[in-house]
Amino acid sequence: MPVSHTATAPEATTNRALRAFLHGLPGVDEVGARARAQDLSTRSIKTTAKAQAIDLAISMVDLTTLEGADTPGKVRALCAKAALPDPADRTVPRVGAVCVYPDMVATAVGALRGTGVGVASVATAFPAGRAPLEVKLADTRRAVADGAAEIDMVIDRGAFLSGDYLKVHDEITAVKEACGPAHLKVILETGELVTYDNVRRASHLAIRAGADFIKTSTGKVAPAATPPVVLVMLEAVRDHHAATGARVGVKPAGGIRTTKDAIRQLVLVNEIAGPAWLTPDLFRIGASSLLNDLLMQRTRLTTGTYPGPDYYTQD
Amino acid sequence: MIFEYAPAPESRSVVTLRETYDLFVDGEFAPAEGGEYLTTLNPADETKLAQVAVAGEADVDRAVAAARRAYDTVWSRMSGAERGKYLFRIARIIQERSRELAVLESMDNGKPIKETRDVDLPLVAAHFFYYAGWADKLRHAGLGPDPRPLGVAAQVIPWNFPLLMLAWKIAPALATGNTVVLKPAETTPLTALVFAEICQEADLPPGVVNILTGAGETGRALVEHPGTDKVAFTGSTEVGRRIARSVAGTDKRVTLELGGKGANIVYDDAAIDQAVEGIVSGIFFNQGHVCCAGSRLLVQESIAEELLPRLKDRVAKLRLGDPLDKNTDIGAINSAAQLERIRALTDSGTDEGVERWSPACDLPSTGYWFAPTLLTGVSQAHRVAREEIFGPVLSVLTFRTPEEAVAKANNTPYGLSAGVWTEKGSRMLWTAERLRAGVIWSNTFNKFDPTSPFGGYKESGYGREGGRHGLEAYLG
Repeated sequence: MPVSHTATAPEATTNRALRAFLHGLPGVDEVGARARAQDLSTRSIKTTAKAQAIDLAISMVDLTTLEGADTPGKVRALCAKAALPDPADRTVPRVGAVCVYPDMVATAVGALRGTGVGVASVATAFPAGRAPLEVKLADTRRAVADGAAEIDMVIDRGAFLSGDYLKVHDEITAVKEACGPAHLKVILETGELVTYDNVRRASHLAIRAGADFIKTSTGKVAPAATPPVVLVMLEAVRDHHAATGARVGVKPAGGIRTTKDAIRQLVLVNEIAGPAWLTPDLFRIGASSLLNDLLMQRTRLTTGTYPGPDYYTQD
Repeated sequence: MIFEYAPAPESRSVVTLRETYDLFVDGEFAPAEGGEYLTTLNPADETKLAQVAVAGEADVDRAVAAARRAYDTVWSRMSGAERGKYLFRIARIIQERSRELAVLESMDNGKPIKETRDVDLPLVAAHFFYYAGWADKLRHAGLGPDPRPLGVAAQVIPWNFPLLMLAWKIAPALATGNTVVLKPAETTPLTALVFAEICQEADLPPGVVNILTGAGETGRALVEHPGTDKVAFTGSTEVGRRIARSVAGTDKRVTLELGGKGANIVYDDAAIDQAVEGIVSGIFFNQGHVCCAGSRLLVQESIAEELLPRLKDRVAKLRLGDPLDKNTDIGAINSAAQLERIRALTDSGTDEGVERWSPACDLPSTGYWFAPTLLTGVSQAHRVAREEIFGPVLSVLTFRTPEEAVAKANNTPYGLSAGVWTEKGSRMLWTAERLRAGVIWSNTFNKFDPTSPFGGYKESGYGREGGRHGLEAYLG
């Protein structure tokens, strides 16, 4: 008989115990999970509901730039946009956070001072995560010391796929500790985990190890934040809440480019985890090009016409 | 925050309703000889949609004669390839007019637009395409070297899937060279009448398809008419019995698709979230107006406590309301009479001591509505575990061993469908082999496809529709 997800997870943290816990979780039927996500994608969001959804989505965006070619100037421009997404319309809410590489944290923190927008940083040898633990911890501590309020860490997919759940668990726990007051978002890189069973297990593993958020992807691997993957992760946080009363956030990242994509994600949140998750504290969308589309759709709703793409800054 | 979906009603403007609809006989619309009409209502708001002629015995005579003439002079002589062309043409017109048909079906039946649009209409077109493909290949169907049509088919269909049942009946009949007289249900005749227009649009030879509207008396006159060679009926077991009696001793061929009380078996190793989805679609699809609905949930006792809260949580999220709203999951009950029957049967469960649960949900003040309902603490002896409720009411039973699951699943006079939920392949096959049901779904429910035969065991009827097997019912 499988171990119930609502059962208390085993006390002793050994690889054997973790394995028993994770493999005792109910399976995910791929066909069914896809069908449910597809079914929810046909919910029709219009007018008032759409206006509400767009503002909510804007406030959930982790405006991201993760390029080798990032410069302080580019990061400052991004920060300006994060604090005031549409200078022509000051009713637009600010975004959830700005997400940058660790070496850009100080720049971003300086640029965002007084705006209320936090800085998230992909510490822990992003995106591959292939570095010794002490390097990852140093990366994390430095980003936090520079003022990052949120750390996005990648899990060791190699360890996970080879069944070394303890290694993954202990790394997350150690990084969580190194985060201090900063929030920890754990990137599962679902495109490399391949199966939905793995996504569910990795979600529970990350939650158990102390993640404040579970995040789909680095954005460097496709497929990234597909609706069925997000659905499975939302089920995991919902189940964790049912079992413990604690709420863990979810952050899809990668491939969410249009308002329609974002609204579909919100529908998933609403109907799978529940309306309590419809807040930037518990749901974020990692994106770079999404914001402009949200702004365009917002203008279209308020003025009735589409502005051209040139009305919005490109970075 | 509260995330409200805005109402998103589908426009009715794609549908042009006529004040009155006449019978479709010999390629023409003509009034019934008796001059009598019945009114068809929108069950979601009880407004009148149209008046529809009631066919009497004289009309049945005319329609059967027209079908016979068309059979003898045109349709049975035509090559299969030619018949196939007509069917392909009909299928394409259905696709072209699918928006109109979906909206009309929703208005007449009460089912949500997302089901008519995303399930019914694609399947209707697919059935015509599928059987169109068979029309010139009948000799290769494995039904003998030179299979022959039977003649005139009398077809009576129910109100739960008006247009889909029409497709299930008419497409294989025409593909095999038979002509038909079809009677749609009295509460949902409108899409069949639009289908009659489609037959005209496709230049189908007059008399090949005839549509007679009316109630039970019309159906009886059609089924008992001596000029027909085949009776095909989908509906209640009670009426099916009467039909079987009335054709006994004649040389008519009969297929009956009757009631069901399908078991949905959930083992403790099932993918639980998807099983919950399957349970919901098994019983709440089309408001439970599905003969193969999974109306008896058999859940393994060891996970019942975990599964039921998830199920309730999910059912509470179903959106009930305007069938034409794209966000609606559950529409209206088809008629006042059916609503009464659902109420009576559900109340009988409460009287017998089962526990009843429905989510807090506002029902519209007009129209026929019934909140999705779970009955727990049900045992095999309760009426709600034995009789078909044909509504959004799920009876929940538990079992401890696979043997017990199979015994309980089979302990019913019906045998139309069953679902089995397990991640273990060997257990799936072990269970499926032992279930006495025509369709067994594995880790899914209520999936239909024109290539897949459908039909029942025991009191769920006899004969198969769909697939290659569906041809057999129309070939001698």
